[in-house]
Amino acid sequence: MNLEERTAYGDIGRKGLWENNTALVQLLGLCPLLAVSNTLVNAVSLALATVLVMALASGAVAALRTLIPYEIRIPVFILIIAALVTCLDLAFNAWLHELYLVLGIFIPLIVTNCIVLARVEAFAAKNSPLAAAWDGAAMGVGLLWVLALLGGARELIGAGTLFSGIDMIIPGAQALKVLGDDYPGLLIAILPPGAFILLGLLIAARNAWVARAAAARPAAPHAPVDTASA
Amino acid sequence: MSDAERDTPATPPAADQAPAEAVPNGLAPHELTPPASAAGTAARSALLLGTFTLIFTALMALTFEATREPIRASVEARRLELIAQVLPQGDYDNALLTDIVQLPTLPALGIAGPVTLHRARRGADPVALVFEAQAPDGYSGTIRLLIALRADGTLGGVRVVAHKETPGLGDYIDPAKDRAAPKWIAQFAGRDTAQADNWTVRKDGGDFAYMTGATISPRAVVRAAGRAVAAIAPAREALFGLPTGASAGEVFK
Repeated sequence: MNLEERTAYGDIGRKGLWENNTALVQLLGLCPLLAVSNTLVNAVSLALATVLVMALASGAVAALRTLIPYEIRIPVFILIIAALVTCLDLAFNAWLHELYLVLGIFIPLIVTNCIVLARVEAFAAKNSPLAAAWDGAAMGVGLLWVLALLGGARELIGAGTLFSGIDMIIPGAQALKVLGDDYPGLLIAILPPGAFILLGLLIAARNAWVARAAAARPAAPHAPVDTASA
Repeated sequence: MSDAERDTPATPPAADQAPAEAVPNGLAPHELTPPASAAGTAARSALLLGTFTLIFTALMALTFEATREPIRASVEARRLELIAQVLPQGDYDNALLTDIVQLPTLPALGIAGPVTLHRARRGADPVALVFEAQAPDGYSGTIRLLIALRADGTLGGVRVVAHKETPGLGDYIDPAKDRAAPKWIAQFAGRDTAQADNWTVRKDGGDFAYMTGATISPRAVVRAAGRAVAAIAPAREALFGLPTGASAGEVFK
């Protein structure tokens, strides 16, 4: 891998994790994001499933891209995504049954998560399989860390615990009672409004961070120049 | 950051910086020529779509076959685990999941359609009947219950299998969400089903404790359990006598 390619791959990763973050910037696929981010384990499990689907779907589409006629590309993309999600759904049902019961409809719904189709159409259909799989994974991991933060925060504020339900994945593992047994809980954090409020705060925090970084740039001559915004 | 910097799916700047083999619009150069007729393009598209469908359906079919047995085992294990909460596994020694009778549609159970009733035995002695019932009047929708009724007429226990009650308020009917000790649902165990008159919460003059501020969910559970056992308990000897897999329609005529 030469320097140019390495830069391109680094760029894809940076865009997925931060600059074009699915949850904080593009605001795509928020339905499952808000619905299952009530505990850390639920949030991370669904996000991991999404990462897997995005990487596989992008890689598969990129590998087949020269065989897919332009006119029928969308049905073929959806077919590929739906087939992969169905396989994942069956695998969850078979080997992570408890978690399957908790995540329920949200695993099949990954098919309709617009971020998956968006990356397939915008990136995978025009790039090599490796780059496409990396792009899908990076976008998915961008979703994962926001979802983990949101799920962790909602669980901590709402119930005072972390990792509740971990026994569904690792039998015998215990949840952490971070705030002790006496913590009364804050119901709104677990209910849907809590997801909207916390996501809003996260987006605001990111915007503030970006604004500060932009304001600080002229004062620091050694900082890399952002050609895109020039 | 300006809005122009964001890459929307429609116009991704990523395409410019993409590694070597980028092709515009997903078309390989050879596909841009020759200009095919409309019918030819349609036939080719249909053929390719059909081929893709076949390949990916085969992938799904293979996965289905590979996961069928683990899924069946998971569902069965989950069911036995649930039943174990109302009836300890050491109390019976028969194959509980196959020793069943079909109950007809009974208004007292609250379930539209036939219900499978499991019979637990120890050797030849009847131990308990395990069946599902539904409370139609939960705070938000129906509440599904699993009930174990012992052969001596006492309750083995009741468990909430599925519900949509408010998290943090009414969901203490589900022992996994109940912070109290002992669990609220534990007060069903050992109840004598002969006294079905008192099957409601104390607020309504019944025998069952509840938590102030969330009365609707426990009331629905207690009443549904009361109605169900009142219907099943008098018929328990007849139900144990039926052959496996039989319909219990005659018993409730």
